Amino acid sequence: MNRLMDLSSLQLAQKLHNKEIGVVEATKEMLNAIEHSKALNIAITVCEKEALAQAEKVQKRIDKGEIASPLAGVPMAIKDNICTKGINTTCGSKMLYNFKPPYNATAANKLEQADTILCAKMNMDEFAMGSTTETSYFGQVKNPWNIEYVPGGSSGGSAAAVAARSAFFTLGSDTGGSIRQPCSFCGVTGIKPTYGRVSRYGLIAYGSSLDQIGPIARTAEDVAAVLDIIAGYDKADSTSLNQSAGGYLAALKGDVKGLKIGIPKEYFTTGLDEEVKQSVLSAAKELESMGAILEEFSLPMTEYAIPAYYIIASAEASSNLSRYDGIKYGYRPEKSEDLLDLYLKARSEGFGREVKRRIMLGAFALSSGYYDAYYKKALQTKALIKKAFDDAFNKYDIILSPTAPTAALKLGESLDDPLKMYLGDIYTVSVNLAGLPALAAPCGFTKSGLPIGMQFIGKPLSENVLLNTAFAYQQKTNFHTMAPKEAVK
Amino acid sequence: MQITDEIITYVAALARIDLQESEREQAKNDLGNIISYINMLNELDTTNVEPMSHTFDINNVFREDRVLPSSEREQLLENAPSKQEGCYKVPKTVE
Amino acid sequence: MNYEVVIGLEVHVELATASKIFCGCTTAFGGEPNTHCCPVCTGMPGTLPVLNKMAVEYTIAAGLATNCNITRNCQFDRKNYFYPDLPKAYQVSQLYLPICTDGHIEIDVDGVKKTINIREIHMEEDAGKLIHDPWADATLVDYNRCGVPLIEIVSQPDMRSAKEVLTYLQELKSRLEYLGVSDCKMQEGSMRADVNVSVNPVGAKEFGTRTEMKNMNSFKAIARAIEFESKRQMELLDEGKRVVQQTRRWDDNKGVSLAMRSKENAQDYRYFPEPDLTPICISQEWIDRILSQQPELPEQKRLRYISEYSLPQYDTNIITTYKALADLFEETVALTAMPKEVSNWIMGDLMKALNDSEKQPEDIDFSAKNLAKLIKLVDKGAINRNIAKKVFLEIFEKNIDPEQYVQEHGLQMVNDTSEVKAVIETILANNPQSVADFKSGKEKAFGFLVGQAMRELRGKADPALVNQLLKDLLK
Repeated sequence: MNRLMDLSSLQLAQKLHNKEIGVVEATKEMLNAIEHSKALNIAITVCEKEALAQAEKVQKRIDKGEIASPLAGVPMAIKDNICTKGINTTCGSKMLYNFKPPYNATAANKLEQADTILCAKMNMDEFAMGSTTETSYFGQVKNPWNIEYVPGGSSGGSAAAVAARSAFFTLGSDTGGSIRQPCSFCGVTGIKPTYGRVSRYGLIAYGSSLDQIGPIARTAEDVAAVLDIIAGYDKADSTSLNQSAGGYLAALKGDVKGLKIGIPKEYFTTGLDEEVKQSVLSAAKELESMGAILEEFSLPMTEYAIPAYYIIASAEASSNLSRYDGIKYGYRPEKSEDLLDLYLKARSEGFGREVKRRIMLGAFALSSGYYDAYYKKALQTKALIKKAFDDAFNKYDIILSPTAPTAALKLGESLDDPLKMYLGDIYTVSVNLAGLPALAAPCGFTKSGLPIGMQFIGKPLSENVLLNTAFAYQQKTNFHTMAPKEAVK
Repeated sequence: MQITDEIITYVAALARIDLQESEREQAKNDLGNIISYINMLNELDTTNVEPMSHTFDINNVFREDRVLPSSEREQLLENAPSKQEGCYKVPKTVE
Repeated sequence: MNYEVVIGLEVHVELATASKIFCGCTTAFGGEPNTHCCPVCTGMPGTLPVLNKMAVEYTIAAGLATNCNITRNCQFDRKNYFYPDLPKAYQVSQLYLPICTDGHIEIDVDGVKKTINIREIHMEEDAGKLIHDPWADATLVDYNRCGVPLIEIVSQPDMRSAKEVLTYLQELKSRLEYLGVSDCKMQEGSMRADVNVSVNPVGAKEFGTRTEMKNMNSFKAIARAIEFESKRQMELLDEGKRVVQQTRRWDDNKGVSLAMRSKENAQDYRYFPEPDLTPICISQEWIDRILSQQPELPEQKRLRYISEYSLPQYDTNIITTYKALADLFEETVALTAMPKEVSNWIMGDLMKALNDSEKQPEDIDFSAKNLAKLIKLVDKGAINRNIAKKVFLEIFEKNIDPEQYVQEHGLQMVNDTSEVKAVIETILANNPQSVADFKSGKEKAFGFLVGQAMRELRGKADPALVNQLLKDLLK
């Protein structure tokens, strides 16, 4: 019955609404698929009981004709840094190993209101800090295309699940590329919305001015359908955009005639793997053959994005993660001599190495004497990066680039050289700094069979353009339909 | 940039993180490398550039002064690792 | 060596909004621990703040009433530090762009006017409370107070004596009470002061090193603390020692300030702009609207009382200092048209009653209506002053209706001349010795006879009448 898991979310939904398949049956399929792909370690928590209960409820609503959402009844999974009421939300960390939020994140709530079925909480880099999903307290995630390779990060579990056909769609989060890069490494499609497009309420914060929740699925239509559900103004989030949202699925026309695509020179220089380069440029040519207009241009500030990003993200993280102290929730050491000892033990034992590293980097950048040279400088750099993009979008509708300089890396090869790992974020971090929407979609494979992804970057609130471009591309190509051998078994 | 013992001790203390001897050297190296790399920002001329903390021009996001029901204490304290008499409990904290 | 004492204050005032600054929990004082809380104010993962508009309005009002500039574009910053009463391990505050700057207040100390400058007023959120468990080796944490909106009013180091400090504080308190932006109840902690004290030789070019005593919440303690601490510093300097910059704890029981266990390194708060809250843009229209809603403030009231009611300066100062007294005064005058009388009752019997019961003017819980009735009863001669004083105490304590009370207890003044005359005649008949004493020139005997007569009349006679009749009968 793996064929069921091959369906897209919208295809499944149709069958559910036509009563060809029951919600409980579909949910059980997904739960089984997760179980069978256990070796990939994609899930931290599987909430079977709750999922089946919800499935029964939704089935009744389908029977009564009460459902409204195009994705009603579809089982799904959510990255484990998004709060789900009554269900463990760990952020891949020992620090929150047993944290059960008494509230839902707004995005999780919206998915629940839309009658989708939460089956599992997906594995991730600890507190969303990482590019390989190797830093999770609950063990690393493996790339379903080749289990010796990383799935990317930090939403590695979410992306791998979709690629492995263990989930129809998932939610990830993206602060510096954490949706887009794993999507590319796993050959699936995902979008980081415009900053503020999707509510951050209930998303456990890493870099507050950069974080966004976004959908991951196998088709642009699915991604659009999920975005329709989760996007929109939320008064519980002061940074939420009070602009009308939705209509993304309906707006997919597949027509890219006259679409002006900018290709940044600086993104295609040394450091970019040749196979990746060729795949992405082929994709560009494909779009051109469909009527898009390509143009190479210079996008300044490229080399400054990574340092600016790491300062800002780490600074905000150092503050956001200060609340983890073993007092109100989460891990608490058994014995501590006094208050200071409690803090030191809880945080030293509860956090992993990468998290500690970024917290210290952030504290440094904000500390007295260094604030101006680092944090303030980074904020100025951010302003210049945003301006560079604003200027570019005066001429282009979208910017096309690779998502990462390489395809997936081997497990165990990245963590010892953090700086090298950070440099892999070159194409993604500037997008978060500028608050722009960006989509990743598969556009090829390496000779060794690893997926390659491309990135479309758009101006603020142009998710519809990005999704439409991906949709058009996916009408003409079939990279997004390929499945890893294991999954098809 | 040289991350000295003094700096790493200071920064770890600020973050309430206790670095073991083995971790300390590694942390110094890692942070040193990262910060050296980050120092490239010094090349960038940012004279007269306003530091941008908020990306979009949104302001005056408010809520009305209305009282809403608070949480049930049970619910709030459910995740507390140590509690007593409806309070969170910590080691004796002398002012 | 002649020293000058230099004092600066950072006054924290809890705003009287109904709900907290970033969430809808109530700001009500007290309550069982952790029952006025929610995921936002307890810093649970993933939660976000949304700013209470009323907190901004109250802060602007406070700024306008203290002659501050209102910052047109201000924002919040995070102040990062670890302490169990701070759930997020950062306090949302304002460092870089506080909402009000460069204000001032005029104070009058023993007839001498002085301007105390205010460096800034900024908004921030309050922290929780720590409860020390004496039996266990533990401290308990209550987050009810977390997120209550605070303004911090930072003065320049312009004060030179405890008296100036108390006058400044009282003036600040009056204005904030008048505005209604805070109930300023120091004993409940809705107004507290960090007192910074330094000393320097008179004529010195620079200030001395200062120490800070935090969270002081009583005028008396503040005065005592300033006296002690300035003396301590002077003694150190006299001995050739240095004053160490530090935070000290004032122990009011022992009457000493103590160095607090030093925290490692001066705190590095790593302030940075709060990314979860948007900047606040304050338009001229908004400022104008708030200014137009500003009630009559103490200074204006003072001038008006003097001109409109011809009240003496002293009475005016006392009454206008406390909003509760000013309100009571105005309402009672409206009902009686007898400002001097009302003032006398407030300055005399009411102040005494407050002192005796250790209450504050804001604790007054009787109605102006009842006080007005009492005053009218005296005015039309229905009861005499002594009785009136007793009835006043009943009003003060139980808010009784004086007309009803006088009826029920038969306290009406005895005005019947023949009745009084009869009583006096009886007294004279029963006290021949006193009569003889009086007639032989002992004035005191007259007072004795008056007393006897009043007692016989159960104090309900008009003393003037008794005096007159007694005089007549003794002739």
